[in-house]
Amino acid sequence: MNCTDLLSHLSDYFDDQLSEELREEISVHTAGCQHCRVVLNTTHQTIEVYKGAELYEVSPGLRDRLHDAIMARCFAKK
Amino acid sequence: MPAIQSPVTEEVHPDVALVARAKDGDTAAFEQLVRQYERQIFRVAQHITQNREDAEDITQDAFLKAYEKLDQFQGNSKFSTWLVRIAVNESLMRLRKRKTSKTVSMDEDVQTEEGSIPRDFAEWRPNPEQQYNQAELADILRKTIQGLPPGFRTVFTLRDVENLSTEETAEALGLSVPAVKSRLLRARLQLRERLSRYFRQKQEGQPA
Repeated sequence: MNCTDLLSHLSDYFDDQLSEELREEISVHTAGCQHCRVVLNTTHQTIEVYKGAELYEVSPGLRDRLHDAIMARCFAKK
Repeated sequence: MPAIQSPVTEEVHPDVALVARAKDGDTAAFEQLVRQYERQIFRVAQHITQNREDAEDITQDAFLKAYEKLDQFQGNSKFSTWLVRIAVNESLMRLRKRKTSKTVSMDEDVQTEEGSIPRDFAEWRPNPEQQYNQAELADILRKTIQGLPPGFRTVFTLRDVENLSTEETAEALGLSVPAVKSRLLRARLQLRERLSRYFRQKQEGQPA
């Protein structure tokens, strides 16, 4: 496995879609390749730091307003 | 042929019953569905449009459309995926309206490899959470994701922020699974590269 191969498998690696064999090849490659090790680690951190991050908070006030508006629009029709 | 089914019966998603009741005119059932998904739909719309007022309008429009078309929902996908698909389409339409001269689609800007080839090879130390407080971190994450082309931003948002599966993301966006995978990889790599500016280990004697 070279660096380009590793990159092409990266998403499947994190999504747990790789065979044991390919996972092993990745671990052998990263053991000897500092750049790929960093890319693997920091891509993992990228995914983790965004996971479930509340970037757009919905305040209770906004939620109530939104909810009432949705219900009013849906049920005004009938 | 139900006779050869495995002994483990597949669990029916609780939304199925709610949708059936809503189709029969049970307004409380529909309101329950609204409650369950209004925040998610709002977040998705805000991620795509980057505009709060637009996101509010889109959330209302998406639920109204879902309500009006409820009879057409066949249950081949999850109700939430169907709803997200409506919201994504409404959001893209809104973006198109805003940029009158430029068309916006899921295919725009995704042909280029630019930004997807790793160039920054510094570890992130200490962890982002240790380098910034919560508000600062949220600000960095927001700014960084805003810089992605809409086609990448949307795939990443559904898959990695909202935790839809790859298949659900494909369904919600009307894309093939391989197309989602390819965009997701490039979105992740571009974000990694951009975030490295903030999180990379600082070298001794170098300005931050």
